[in-house]
Amino acid sequence: MTEPAEQPTEQPTEPVEGGIVAEVERMTEAQRAEHAAEVADVVAPDRDIAVGVGDTLLEMREVTMRFGGLVALDTVNFDIKRGEILGLIGPNGAGKTTCFNAMTGVYRPTSGQVLLEGRAMGRRKRYQITRMGIARTFQNIRLFGEMTALENVVVGADARHKTSVPGALLRLPRHHREEREVVERATALLEFVGIADRAADKARNLPYGYQRRLEIARALATEPKLLCLDEPAAGFNPREKQDLMGLIRKIRDDGYTVLLIEHDMRLVMGVTDRIVVLEFGKKIAEGAPAEIRENPAVIAAYLGVPDDGAA
Amino acid sequence: MTTASSATRPANESAVRRFRNRWNELSRPQQWVALIPLVVLIYLIPEINAPFLASTSVDFATSMFHAAEFAMIALGLNVVVGQAGLLDLGYVGFFAIGSYVAALLTSPESMLAKIPYLATLPIAMIVTMIFGLLLGTPTLRLRGDYLAIVTLGFGEIVRLLASIIPVFNGNVGLDNVGHPPKLLGQTFSNTDAKPWYWLMVTLIIVILLFVGNLERSRVGRAWVAIREDEDAAQIMGVSTFKFKLWAFAIGAGIGGLSGALVGGQVSFVNNQDFSVPFSVLYLAAVILGGAGNKVGVMIGGFLVAYIPDRFNSLGDKKYLVFGVALVLLMIFRSQGLLGARQRLLARGRQAYRQLLGRPEPITSESSVTPDGGAQ
Repeated sequence: MTEPAEQPTEQPTEPVEGGIVAEVERMTEAQRAEHAAEVADVVAPDRDIAVGVGDTLLEMREVTMRFGGLVALDTVNFDIKRGEILGLIGPNGAGKTTCFNAMTGVYRPTSGQVLLEGRAMGRRKRYQITRMGIARTFQNIRLFGEMTALENVVVGADARHKTSVPGALLRLPRHHREEREVVERATALLEFVGIADRAADKARNLPYGYQRRLEIARALATEPKLLCLDEPAAGFNPREKQDLMGLIRKIRDDGYTVLLIEHDMRLVMGVTDRIVVLEFGKKIAEGAPAEIRENPAVIAAYLGVPDDGAA
Repeated sequence: MTTASSATRPANESAVRRFRNRWNELSRPQQWVALIPLVVLIYLIPEINAPFLASTSVDFATSMFHAAEFAMIALGLNVVVGQAGLLDLGYVGFFAIGSYVAALLTSPESMLAKIPYLATLPIAMIVTMIFGLLLGTPTLRLRGDYLAIVTLGFGEIVRLLASIIPVFNGNVGLDNVGHPPKLLGQTFSNTDAKPWYWLMVTLIIVILLFVGNLERSRVGRAWVAIREDEDAAQIMGVSTFKFKLWAFAIGAGIGGLSGALVGGQVSFVNNQDFSVPFSVLYLAAVILGGAGNKVGVMIGGFLVAYIPDRFNSLGDKKYLVFGVALVLLMIFRSQGLLGARQRLLARGRQAYRQLLGRPEPITSESSVTPDGGAQ
């Protein structure tokens, strides 16, 4: 690159001791718990939400989604309560992802409304919806491959900030403050989802499981009121699924509301508080996991209806 | 730099990596100090006038001015192409607008009011930025190839309008474009390119600082996110249209500035110097040097301008040589000569050190290296 004349004589440092990652390794169980609590504290959402815990955060009101002649969603009604983990399930092609896309502004519903904290999302742009408080991950991972893990998360955290070209050009005080904030939040998030040891790696070089977790960290960085996970366990082995369930619970316990689309029934049943079942674009059931498991319509949707009608 | 055959490559690469790691270890002020001799050397190049560097077609100072001009243009185009990932094939249009702004406001042949030359530089930037916005607002909804075609058209439209509209004097052009007053004992004229070279280099350093500030901020991250995956960026809360427009405007402004400088140095602007091949050459400079890497694209710009000057004996074959070189480069080193990653965090150093106890890796293939790919 360049030929600077003078160089200090010290050896190029290999990964030296130190750094939070190494430090956590050396901690005792109690210290580690304390550190995790500090991390969780930084990660916890810090924004005003107009509804209380247990009240309706997001409402799908009569949402219909048509593509030409195909009705992908047919007057779907359900709501998501603040602080819960809601599962959205259904056989292939039931409209789960369409529902998700209608919610996150990728599609505009043909009719009906999506309301966040009672406010209609209307014709807002996608990035505005994210800033309003709905964040998502992608079924097929879509990270910014050339950025490091940390930078990926910082992009998410940037959503809550305002510095634009003039501020960055002149390095105004707000730029400095926001840079400090995003890095602090992003590092905490990487620790929170458990991938801090690869913070400096390009996203595309990360192992698959790390990439999935990085997607969750990036979405959480936007401080969403509602976090939508689109099949986060796809391609995971049972052990990884177990870990993911723990992470989803941890996210909820930290003050977030989670919507989960997932194929893996054990995971959905194990982690959600409530489940909404779609089939052919219609809601066929809604309730606690135990109820859903016994629900004849759901069993029929998944297993087909035997001739005598008994399940 | 990297014409190394595959046999010599590993040894070579590890030396490069060792150097990079060591460079990476330095704090930013240390890096600045380390760069001072290099900057001084760059300023002194036209004075040194080494015989083996001398070009055969024009005098050495003019040749170096050309190289600096291309470096600045590459730097501007890099914001658009390298950082935001928007393919712009009409960049010469902005260069032309900058040239004409300087000429119209200083040449005795134009009918507009005359102002001091140096005042035309910011005006040229502002005017080209406005043109950047005008072009960008309707077209930045397009992506990839479609955007490239529209910008290609834009470059041609500017050139054709310059030929048609009487104010611009078409082929006859505008003569006696102004120049800065005597500065630090240097007289600016169209016969001596040295002072112009120094002015250009100084402005390049200023631009580097500003572009660097943008890169390591929310803006730079938004650009790279857009380049990597525009839809995902939008869903992560990036106002993609706004930041694309900014990239376009900033790139245009730098193009306009270089146009105004070249107009002043040559002291003559007509419609002949703004054809499509220039846009392609600028793009080649960016790709050659390594899209996204500021230092890389400046080296690319330097090479694209300097090599034809130096090896003028090649005649028309010089572009053929270029074509072959580019093809080879794309085969063996598709990230360009300098593939180092951009740093996108103002406080990245501290963050990585705090988290991992070591600085962030600088090489483009961070975790394919033996030390990173262990896991």
